[in-house]
Amino acid sequence: MGSETGASSLIKALEAAGTEVIFGIPGGAILPAYDPLLESSIRHILMRHEQGAGHAAEGYAQATGKPGVCMATSGPGATNLVTPLADAYMDSIPLVAITGQVPRAVIGNDAFQEADICGITMPCTKHNYKVMDPDEIPTVIAEAFHIATTGRPGPVLVDIPKDVLQAATSFQWPSSVDLPGYRPTTEPHARQIAAAAELIRNAERPVLYVGGGVMKARAAADLLLLAEAIGAPVVTTLMARGAISDNHPLCLGMPGMHGNYAAVTAMQRSDLLITLCARFDDRVTGNLDSFAPGAKIIHADADPAEIGKNRAVDVPIVGDAGPVIRALHDKVAAANSQHGRTDLGAWLGEVNTWKRDYPISYTQEENGPIKPQFVVDALARATGGDALVVTGVGQHQMWASQIMPCNRPYSFISSGGLGTMGFAVPAAFGAKVGRPEDRVVAIDGDGCFQMTAQELATAVIEKVPFTVAILNNAHLGMVRQWQELFYDERYSQVHLPQETPDYVKLADAYGAIGLRATAPEDVETVIDKAMGIDDRPVVIDFRVDPGEMCFPMIPAGASNDDIILAPPNPTPRGVRGGSEPQRSGGERPPEAAMPQASFSAGKTKGADR
Amino acid sequence: MSSHTLSVLVENQSGVLARVAALFARRGFNIDSLAVGETEDPAVSRMTIVVDARNSSIEQISKQLHKLINVLRICELPKDAAVERELALVKVNSSRPTKAEIVEIADIFKAKVVDVTPTSMVLEASGASEKIDALEELLVPFGILEIVRTGRIALGRGPSGLKAPNPHPITLVRAAAS
Repeated sequence: MGSETGASSLIKALEAAGTEVIFGIPGGAILPAYDPLLESSIRHILMRHEQGAGHAAEGYAQATGKPGVCMATSGPGATNLVTPLADAYMDSIPLVAITGQVPRAVIGNDAFQEADICGITMPCTKHNYKVMDPDEIPTVIAEAFHIATTGRPGPVLVDIPKDVLQAATSFQWPSSVDLPGYRPTTEPHARQIAAAAELIRNAERPVLYVGGGVMKARAAADLLLLAEAIGAPVVTTLMARGAISDNHPLCLGMPGMHGNYAAVTAMQRSDLLITLCARFDDRVTGNLDSFAPGAKIIHADADPAEIGKNRAVDVPIVGDAGPVIRALHDKVAAANSQHGRTDLGAWLGEVNTWKRDYPISYTQEENGPIKPQFVVDALARATGGDALVVTGVGQHQMWASQIMPCNRPYSFISSGGLGTMGFAVPAAFGAKVGRPEDRVVAIDGDGCFQMTAQELATAVIEKVPFTVAILNNAHLGMVRQWQELFYDERYSQVHLPQETPDYVKLADAYGAIGLRATAPEDVETVIDKAMGIDDRPVVIDFRVDPGEMCFPMIPAGASNDDIILAPPNPTPRGVRGGSEPQRSGGERPPEAAMPQASFSAGKTKGADR
Repeated sequence: MSSHTLSVLVENQSGVLARVAALFARRGFNIDSLAVGETEDPAVSRMTIVVDARNSSIEQISKQLHKLINVLRICELPKDAAVERELALVKVNSSRPTKAEIVEIADIFKAKVVDVTPTSMVLEASGASEKIDALEELLVPFGILEIVRTGRIALGRGPSGLKAPNPHPITLVRAAAS
């Protein structure tokens, strides 16, 4: 017995683990932990919903590279964390969630606010703990942070019964952890690196396929050296936007379902995919059997289970992104100085033609409705491409990824794997807490925004300013797009009236600033106004064209060869896709088969790439 | 060959069986049988899992299993390099005219009669799963009242075996430096 309680031991352990901020909400079972917080160096931010706490911790983690910490009470508090935990699990975000639990004596008794949160989160956490002995708290917290941040990062939940928090104990921060069942490989095998370098040297059409793991490992600087040593084009998945600057001549941007033609086609035609911490997700590969059919595969990942899961590999490499990329770089650089760098001029020429000829494009008519892409373009200009961008999920997310230039790494945060609508507002809040010097812009949809908008209250109270640009198209836009394309324009339950709620009044009610743009000429004005406000959050209601669809598009399950660049006829209405997708690429020269890249007269703007 | 026997050492803690079972369920892996018990080290349990790898590769199943923090070691036991056994208790209808015949069958299978009443017998049989299947088939005509099988347990042949990893503490860097 010592001088501490389980609760004070918990807070000391969190401090020792380096916690600076906890996003949370107190409640009955976690109450004891909130008392020693009053004397702690840790900043606790009182959120308005536990889901907001979880996403804020995710935003914080992605923005800073440090683990995010969130806290909630038992039962409903804990179950409200499930969505962020599942999101963090899919996107490999280091998170430690602390939940209160009913007292040990009544566990299993259906006590008030009891939920088996360890059982519930088993499939969506990297690991979880139920702490039944107060003396174990420091060790468990040390292990939780170790597991969350090493190997393939992920969320860890620690559930602590109320009476364990109240019990007397002593605090001793462990000097080491030993988890015999958890020994992730960090250093790559030299033989695999050599084999990979050999494939790289002999490749004629190599592509670096870069995924979110490179960002989690903060290995963007190493990646740049490797990419330049090989001289190969780089595709950056949604989770890796900015891994190499969009300004860099080798950067092709995002591949996949709504990816750039150049990125998609470069992978399809490649003879070697140098896959770095990406996972051959279906949104990237489209139909797996026809994905990059001529490519040999190098696949490096911290998680051996990802290697070979979806696509057979030629050279598997298990290890952390940093050591792997540096080892590859050294080997490639050595080979370059011995044999000279493989000449990829012809390949780069071809790729650059695609890049030049098929940029992301849209048409903003002067007197027409605001195009959502025009808003994103204006945001890009206003921020000079240097904002920390956070998105929700849907059309706006894809437009943000396509059009916002990612010139700095670790500055594009999105919900990728789980696709969690409602991610943007709380994640932007958490990102701004982690990087207060950065300008944070959340690009959100009207559907998404309404799922977590209550965190504007938190942002106002905590004086955490960021801009939320709502691309208000009065619909669950991506679902509407699929109904237009694949369900014969039979729109079912996708309409969200554009004026309900009144987003300006809503922002005002929270104490934030609300602005609105209804015509193209308003767009720049309201953005300029928003950029001038730095003491509170700003919500901009952009009333955009409800009919606008997101292109390019590869219908779900279709081959990446069947990328549709834009609706093939002059109006976006009545488009049919899926059954007879426009063919391009493949055996035919793309020029002969390319659908028109914009569908109406007026000034066509290519997004700056 | 889609049936594989995995020998898995796990930490002997509450919830580990649930983690393993939940992993199989959510990844869509099929378990044919699972037997679990303590090993020579009380902190470690051994699970013998027979998996049907028709829809997913045994390599992917092993790798996913390995990601569970409480899973210490995994090895696949190929049929020809392992001793495999299963235990079954079979309760079968018996009467004066059939009793002798049942005992005869039991003898052939080296099964023991462990319970007898005027109308029923319980046989205890052990061996490879195929042997138990065969015994069961022969007893069907008498009327099987109840049957329980343990699922397969297995050990690799020869002196070497699956051992829990040695301690290997990782020093914690105090993260509060920033």
